[in-house]
Amino acid sequence: MESAQGRIWTRKKPEPEAGPLLLVEGLGKAWGARIGCADVGFDLYPGEVLGIVGESGSGKSTLLGCLAGHLPADAGRILYRGRDLRMMAEPERRHLARTEWAFVHQNPRDGLRMGVTAGANVGERLMAVGARHYGAIRATATDWLGRVEIDPARIDDRPRAFSGGMQQRLQIARNLVTGPRLVLMDEPTGGLDVSVQARLLDLLRELVREMGLAVIIVTHDLAVARLLADRLMVMKDGRVIEAGLTDQVLDDPQAAYTQLLVSSVLQV
Amino acid sequence: MIEIENLCKSFTLHNQGAAVLPVLAGAHLRVDPGECVALTGASGSGKSTLMRMIWGNYRAETGRLQVAGLDLTTATPRQIIALRRARLGYVSQFLRVVPRVPTLRVVAEPLLALGQPEPQALARAAALLARLNIPERLWSLSPTTFSGGEQQRVNIARGFAHPFPVLLLDEPTASLDAVNRAVVLDLIGEAKARGAAILGIFHDEAARAQVADRLVDVTGFTPARAA
Repeated sequence: MESAQGRIWTRKKPEPEAGPLLLVEGLGKAWGARIGCADVGFDLYPGEVLGIVGESGSGKSTLLGCLAGHLPADAGRILYRGRDLRMMAEPERRHLARTEWAFVHQNPRDGLRMGVTAGANVGERLMAVGARHYGAIRATATDWLGRVEIDPARIDDRPRAFSGGMQQRLQIARNLVTGPRLVLMDEPTGGLDVSVQARLLDLLRELVREMGLAVIIVTHDLAVARLLADRLMVMKDGRVIEAGLTDQVLDDPQAAYTQLLVSSVLQV
Repeated sequence: MIEIENLCKSFTLHNQGAAVLPVLAGAHLRVDPGECVALTGASGSGKSTLMRMIWGNYRAETGRLQVAGLDLTTATPRQIIALRRARLGYVSQFLRVVPRVPTLRVVAEPLLALGQPEPQALARAAALLARLNIPERLWSLSPTTFSGGEQQRVNIARGFAHPFPVLLLDEPTASLDAVNRAVVLDLIGEAKARGAAILGIFHDEAARAQVADRLVDVTGFTPARAA
């Protein structure tokens, strides 16, 4: 079984804290006169997975970008463990991004360093949080490649030599190896084979449970949302039009748009 | 443990001319600890709708719906998630799991979610799978490739892994042979004996007669539909 492999987490499941890990209030971002996202609010505790669904242009990626600090928000508050990210100095936010957060990009090329080996892509994140022992770093990297179903014999290959699906799996390994608290994912399973997607979903669920990971996953795949997310937010034209328990939103949608979205899919 | 008074439900189909489909009206029901109540009524009379409302899958609108102390008409998603994790079990007719997860893990998952140590959770899962006659060589495989009867037994093992105080059973014996049907009826009997409140839909009338203490005909809750 998995557990026998001896995982090397750098962080154990954190002690429960009083407040939410992330609290978002009135978040907004405009692109000139056009709304990117507006008036978005939610909270997220460790061990929870929040899905954000909606079609292209609904504002879900803009929202994720604001949360991650890749885009400056115009309005609202993003409290991470009680501190407002919009007020935080850039070096401090970068430090957080390296240690406590992970961001899995839709395109793996945006989240990998294409010029260095697969092992280095994973090992680099470990070194960024203070790992120095080469043998241990390589062992952990090897373990993670196995977990995302990349043949560990490819550890010295560069991601350029990998297929798109393998690159995505490598990006996920690179992001999760340090055991972050908060993982933001933008369509992470988009380019993957269904079978690999399933293995990743299982891996993510396990990490959520064991490490108390909190995850925000943007996806247009309602089947992925159903299997992974506890709660769902449906976005349209930059606003959250419906939110709730995942299976309730999918099986008993209230808003006209959500009904359309759900009924356009064959079987989720 | 389940208390329902004057519960109503309708679906509004916004994309089909905002048609309103009333599906349940004035439902009332009570299931006490140690009791098994069976829902009866023809197809389309609302048995599954009622069950799914109690599971929190369909939103409860008007009336009262209380499950293991939680009022589902006002509960937050987080409260419903906690309810399902610890107090409310559901054996549905369909197995919906992440493909490729081994059967043993699928069954142990509810226990792992409650924070039970892995060896203990896996041991409990193994005992249930053995009792339900799922061959051990299948335990390391995903149940998504199993036969209907095997999938149903995996679902049952998963539903009975944790001693939920409230259990919903949707056709738990539907595609089982006599031997496994008897095992399931024993499991239901044992759950009742430990004080679980059980609500079930059984088309298998003999099974229903054996485990149900009372029948509730949902035809009485079916709204009169305009033709």
